[in-house]
Amino acid sequence: MTGYADPHFDTLTLHAGSQPDPATGARAVPIHLTTSYVFESSDQAAALFNLESAGHVYSRISNPTTAVFEQRIAALEGGIGAIATASGQAALHLSVATLMGAGSHIVASSALYGGSHNLLHYTLRRFGIETTFVKPGEMDAWRAAIQPNTKLLFGETVGNPGLDVLDIPTVSALAHDHGVPLLVDATLSTPYLQQPLSLGADLVYHSATKFLSGHGTVIGGVVVDGGSFDWEASGRFPELSEPYAGFHNMVFTEESTVGAFLLRARREGLRDFGACLSPHSAWLILQGMETLPLRMERHLANTEKVVAFLAAHPMVSRVGHPLMPDHHSHALAQKLLRGGARGAGSVFSFDIQGSRTQGRAFIEALNIFSHLANVGDSKSLVIHPASTTHFRMSDEALAQAGIGAGTIRLSVGLEDPDDLIDDLKRALKAAEKAGAASGGTSTHAATASAGSAA
Amino acid sequence: MHLQVSGHATFAYTGGKEFNPAQPTVVMIHGVLCDHSVWALQSRYLAHHGWNVLAIDLPGHCKSAGAPPASVQEAAAFIHALLDAQGVQRAALVGHSFGSLIALQTAADLGNRISHLVMVGTAYPMKVSPALLDASLNQPEKALHMTNVFSRATLAPPSGAGSWVFGASLALGRRVLASNKSSNLFHTGFNACNNYDQGLQAMAAITCPVLMILGENDQMTTPKNAHSLVQQARDTAKQLQVVMIPNGHHQMSESPNETLAALKAFLV
Repeated sequence: MTGYADPHFDTLTLHAGSQPDPATGARAVPIHLTTSYVFESSDQAAALFNLESAGHVYSRISNPTTAVFEQRIAALEGGIGAIATASGQAALHLSVATLMGAGSHIVASSALYGGSHNLLHYTLRRFGIETTFVKPGEMDAWRAAIQPNTKLLFGETVGNPGLDVLDIPTVSALAHDHGVPLLVDATLSTPYLQQPLSLGADLVYHSATKFLSGHGTVIGGVVVDGGSFDWEASGRFPELSEPYAGFHNMVFTEESTVGAFLLRARREGLRDFGACLSPHSAWLILQGMETLPLRMERHLANTEKVVAFLAAHPMVSRVGHPLMPDHHSHALAQKLLRGGARGAGSVFSFDIQGSRTQGRAFIEALNIFSHLANVGDSKSLVIHPASTTHFRMSDEALAQAGIGAGTIRLSVGLEDPDDLIDDLKRALKAAEKAGAASGGTSTHAATASAGSAA
Repeated sequence: MHLQVSGHATFAYTGGKEFNPAQPTVVMIHGVLCDHSVWALQSRYLAHHGWNVLAIDLPGHCKSAGAPPASVQEAAAFIHALLDAQGVQRAALVGHSFGSLIALQTAADLGNRISHLVMVGTAYPMKVSPALLDASLNQPEKALHMTNVFSRATLAPPSGAGSWVFGASLALGRRVLASNKSSNLFHTGFNACNNYDQGLQAMAAITCPVLMILGENDQMTTPKNAHSLVQQARDTAKQLQVVMIPNGHHQMSESPNETLAALKAFLV
């Protein structure tokens, strides 16, 4: 491909990393379900093992189908390359394990997916890696938490589920002032809504299970390197800037000026931890990515209508989407996301007025929204975070993450928005009836209460 | 490794092997706004197959101190000094783009001291459009994007693992540019290419065999623009090989194995 300008986003979603298969002419990306690759000669085999030649050896380390996915997401994020992993959690673990060991420290946003919080707060602590959690919007807290052994600052582009928008330009500048990189989880925003590397982040990862694949069919993850962080100048990363006996005494920062992180992550992380992505899963994710811009636009359009409906409903006490002018991240969302606050995406929470019983009645009355533990599907989803995704967190940690006992999280899908609103209307009515039966909140009571408060 | 050249610390990537005076030496010279890492795969192979590799960062670039060369001749004098500093009596030279002109001029200056000359992605004259030259001075980020688009021939380079060479080129260019606060390496390098007018004389003067590795879809240094050098080599009875590779200007990353195969066939 030759041209006169950078290829645009929608073109890259279809073409980055792939071309018609030179062997067969197949236009779609072939699925290379093979563990290994026949060497042309002993010399070529040795060259491949010693990083003297480009190619594949063993699919735990790299695979032609997976490589297309890696190139494509790197292209969409504006990165230099990527490593696909078995899940988003594996991408986070690979990032951390590549950059640090026991005795290291992370500063992380408190507004995280529960699984990420578990890994940092409980599991990594067992391996000698400590994490200090700070509220994502409190810059003084980020700064104060950085220690001499801090190796990473970490947050979500749009925090799950309170939709705290991370001020990436400010947090990354603060990180860089201390010679520390910023890693962000961009699962909910996808590169369509925000490209964190262009805002100052150094590493980006996704749970590709969500919007990238988009159809609720596959578990996968990926970490993308922006190639901008100078690991050698930082002085905090001997893992990358000093000879590594585990791989030919390679000095990764000498080997690749911009790709040292990816080199070590692949040559050590995938080799030793082994959380690689199946090529079949990579292919499913690629199928989803081909329609990412189209799907995201519909997700956003549906979400705008659902948010407007909920905000006007008397049984709803709070809608936690930056589209709401009183949302704490409204201004940042306007500034940092594609299309402003609507770019905060289609996963958000709201609170039903009333008891836990009414919340349960609401979820059980839904017909189109599926009650399950996922987001970013083409189908609409619902869950009660306090009892599921975030159930291991203390009340205090829940509150820090913006989650209440009656909070409901929605992932708005691609159905007709009128049908989604009908479904929600019916379920809210069921919640109201449950309240009336148990002496709890009803529309009438809520209205009266609002009236008396006024 | 670092060595002192003309009083300045100079970085040379050696491909993971110690320098061995008993082995032949190849010097690999990068182009404008690049560094040693553009030769990653090829340099590592040669280092593990009987060659001393000195894949340098030109003066003032990344890990090398000193003032960046303002002309091809000045850069050639640096390569001469590098060989002297390392005690290398005879060497092969491999250069890419701007580096190919530096290698050519060095080969002309040093005669029999150069055993092989490899010019990757070359052209002569290596004129830079006024728009690009101006952008490199006043809007480097815009110039980086222009250069990248002109240099890349495919959205699907067969890189093996998941490297995105479009992004890698941009990131490297930004890193190299930022590595020198006192000189605009982009503009200085382009100016040196643009002003070099000794190419035909240099080609006539060299005494070693020449290999040109050209990209069929290269819009930066189009194969057509290498014709004058090819013709001069033929007219002056040089031992010349031309290898065309179906890629753009960054042969080493867009077609790493084909580039290595051409180097191996010529050098090894």
